[in-house]
Amino acid sequence: MALIQIRGLRKTFGSVTAVAGITLDIESGEFITLLGPSGSGKTTVLRMIAGFENPDEGVITLGEEEITHLPPFDRDVNTVFQDYALFPHMTIQENVEYGLRTRKVAKAERARQALEAITSVKLAHVADRLPHQLSGGQRQRIALARALVLRPKVLLLDEPLGALDRQLREEMQIELKRIQREAGITFIFVTHDQEEAMRMSDRIVVFNEGRIEQVGTPEEVYERPATRFVAGFLGVSNILEGEASRAVGGSGASISIRPERIRIEPDSYKSSGEESALVGLLTEVAYLGANTIFIIEADAGARISVTKLNQELPSQNVRFATGDRVLAVWRKNHASEISV
Amino acid sequence: MSRWFSKNLIRIYAAIAILYILLPIFYTIAFSFNDADKRNIVWRGFTFEAWLNPCEPIGICESLGNSFKVGITSTIIATLLGTMIAFALGRYNFKGRSTTNLLIFLPMATPEVVLGASLLSMFININVGAGLVAVTIAHIMFCISFVVVTVKARVASLDPKLEEAARDLYANEWETFRRVTLPLVAPGIGAAALLAFALSFDDFIITNFNSGTVNTFPEYVWTASLRGVPPQANVIGTLMFVIALALVFAGQVIGKRKLAKKS
Amino acid sequence: MAMAHVGAAEQTHAPKKRGKKTAYLLLAPGLLWLIIFFVYPLINLAETSTKTPAPTFETGEFVQTFRFMNFIDAFVDNQEQFYRSFIYALLATVLALAIAYPLAYAMAFRAGAWRNFMLLMVVAPFFTSFLLRTLAWKQILGAEGPVVSTLQFLGILPPDATITATAFSVIMGLTYNFLPFMTLPIYASLDRIDYRLLEASGDLYANGATTFRKVTLPLSMPGVVAGTLLTFIPASGDYINAQLLGSPDNYMIGNVINSRFFRVVDYPTAASLSFILMATILVLVIIYIRRAGTDELV
Repeated sequence: MALIQIRGLRKTFGSVTAVAGITLDIESGEFITLLGPSGSGKTTVLRMIAGFENPDEGVITLGEEEITHLPPFDRDVNTVFQDYALFPHMTIQENVEYGLRTRKVAKAERARQALEAITSVKLAHVADRLPHQLSGGQRQRIALARALVLRPKVLLLDEPLGALDRQLREEMQIELKRIQREAGITFIFVTHDQEEAMRMSDRIVVFNEGRIEQVGTPEEVYERPATRFVAGFLGVSNILEGEASRAVGGSGASISIRPERIRIEPDSYKSSGEESALVGLLTEVAYLGANTIFIIEADAGARISVTKLNQELPSQNVRFATGDRVLAVWRKNHASEISV
Repeated sequence: MSRWFSKNLIRIYAAIAILYILLPIFYTIAFSFNDADKRNIVWRGFTFEAWLNPCEPIGICESLGNSFKVGITSTIIATLLGTMIAFALGRYNFKGRSTTNLLIFLPMATPEVVLGASLLSMFININVGAGLVAVTIAHIMFCISFVVVTVKARVASLDPKLEEAARDLYANEWETFRRVTLPLVAPGIGAAALLAFALSFDDFIITNFNSGTVNTFPEYVWTASLRGVPPQANVIGTLMFVIALALVFAGQVIGKRKLAKKS
Repeated sequence: MAMAHVGAAEQTHAPKKRGKKTAYLLLAPGLLWLIIFFVYPLINLAETSTKTPAPTFETGEFVQTFRFMNFIDAFVDNQEQFYRSFIYALLATVLALAIAYPLAYAMAFRAGAWRNFMLLMVVAPFFTSFLLRTLAWKQILGAEGPVVSTLQFLGILPPDATITATAFSVIMGLTYNFLPFMTLPIYASLDRIDYRLLEASGDLYANGATTFRKVTLPLSMPGVVAGTLLTFIPASGDYINAQLLGSPDNYMIGNVINSRFFRVVDYPTAASLSFILMATILVLVIIYIRRAGTDELV
């Protein structure tokens, strides 16, 4: 049985529907990411798991216990907040001890555990300082230590890396993944950054307008997007619909093909039975350093973008120039049908 | 030279303004050392006479005691009631919000003479005698609004995530309030209490309407001013000034020590 | 307000709690106090304002006859003091603003290490009795005081001239009394301004005066509005300054209300005057707040 089961969860704020009835299972020990643009409902779901919001409908269970309407302090779940929410009037040590203290852990024991947690995030030397004396990255680690010291079954992370600069962010991504593996705790991670989601997650849940669009491993959601939204939100995709879809033997349903899966051939090229092809005019060639982007206006009425890695010099891609009539060719199993 | 002058014009202006603010305070302090007869108006020489016998003029120390009684009582009650309202306004959505805001604002927008007169006319109508109780009731009434405004600002600037974090770390509502909310709002409550005490201690107009035959310190000064204020009144004024300054400095030093200790 | 922000709830999460019961429990004692000791007395005052002397003509005895002419009589009889109150209060407010704004500006942007010291000096008057300070001005400006004797010595003032017992000294006293109430809100709103905004403006407009007019002044307006209200309202009802620093020729409406209550024991007239004063102030304040564009009163 899944560690967390969410069934038919729904939440509205006034006339705005934030979460429109979602169902999701989260397995023990997995790193799962709720991914979506801002306003898509992912944070509201997280806050309902934490107990900060009461769902209008639906059920959340943790292990054997239904927790839907339990207050936050009765849930074996802890949160790392977006802006860390460290208590400004307490030292780092006091911050990390806070949860142990409310759980009535003896003084010496909680000091020991807190120091251990602070040491595990490599910040033992700042234990006596106040939060405002720490850098953003340090505060981030302390927020993590403060939650982890309680050994929750589930750790909720609300865009925890949003305020960090790029380099620190990448370091923390690796660090978070390491801590999650070592502690074996379930992480539910909220972000709007698809690259971050791909890099860290065992599974990704893609949110849009209060609904789940797709759940799957990073590879599944990237290679086999279920919907047009997923295809567009994770990376770039070519969508063929209507006539263009039928021209490659489709049923007319929308088809998604990633730009890097397409190659360009002269219009004399004969495609094999395992391949699809569309003929068109090459209208744009843009050299971007690591790769080159080609834009083809297909006769069947689609604008196809193709990405080629610049593996050799001089680039093999100079075979084609704007104004050429070309074929865009791809393997049939690289394309996926999507719903709208 | 003229460049320096135009660059520092605003500083010079500020310095003059501060001198203007301080001038009557210095004057009050200086005349507490005046070797005065009954009329403490002209400088007649330096003496510690008034400082050695501060309670000599009849009624002066009694009036001071009354001011403290009224000030402390009304500060405690007004701070409590005002802080509760501030939390309700800053933390909850409820019907009647704008009516509450109006009810808080109106006493501050009403001239003291009207407040005093209306309370007195009520006390007369319901046959309640004027006196220290009536004065304390009045002081609580006009202090509440100032407390609400001061504390509300602090409550509003408090990050609600901090309270969520506390609850997430297994603190229940009461523990969250006691260990997180209250310590963070405390400076605002402290400032509000000081303001309430200062307003109460120094109030004359409303007090004078409702005190009947009892005197507070400002009333003593007022009555005495008709005959000539004894230098002992200046002594008390000076003492209050020095004590308040000392409290401010002590507060600063303690605050700095706390920081130094923690870092 | 809260409704408009739900779209952004995903990001900000500052929804207020909806525990109405707790809210009302928190509000009840304080609001009850204000209703019993502020609203009810005002109703009482309103009731008193239309009474007339009892047929027995006993001092302090009045009966309710709903004589609304009391208001007109009270106003007509004391027009002069009404106009004087508002003119004095207005002049004191303008003067206090002229002194307080540069002072607050210097504290916020030019004081450096002196900032806390200056702040302490501005609130210093709160630490000494208001009456003692006003009496000190009476002495400083009085016939035997240093200012008059110096000016007379220099021949600027004729030997028998005085400064006290004039409109000048009353307005000066009012200005002085409410200066901290003007300075502190302006300082608070200036202090909140991000100095980088001023630098950015200096970068864009390049001119100090324009920066002040287009950026600093608009951003400090809430402080100016609060400060002027906190000065004008109490100043227009004050009677201490007029009594100590002025002569009967400088008496304001506060003096009249006070003496009607205590000396003449004419409660209906005092009540009518109080109401006219309060109503006028409220109307002026509402017009002022509308024009200044600040809605949040408290």
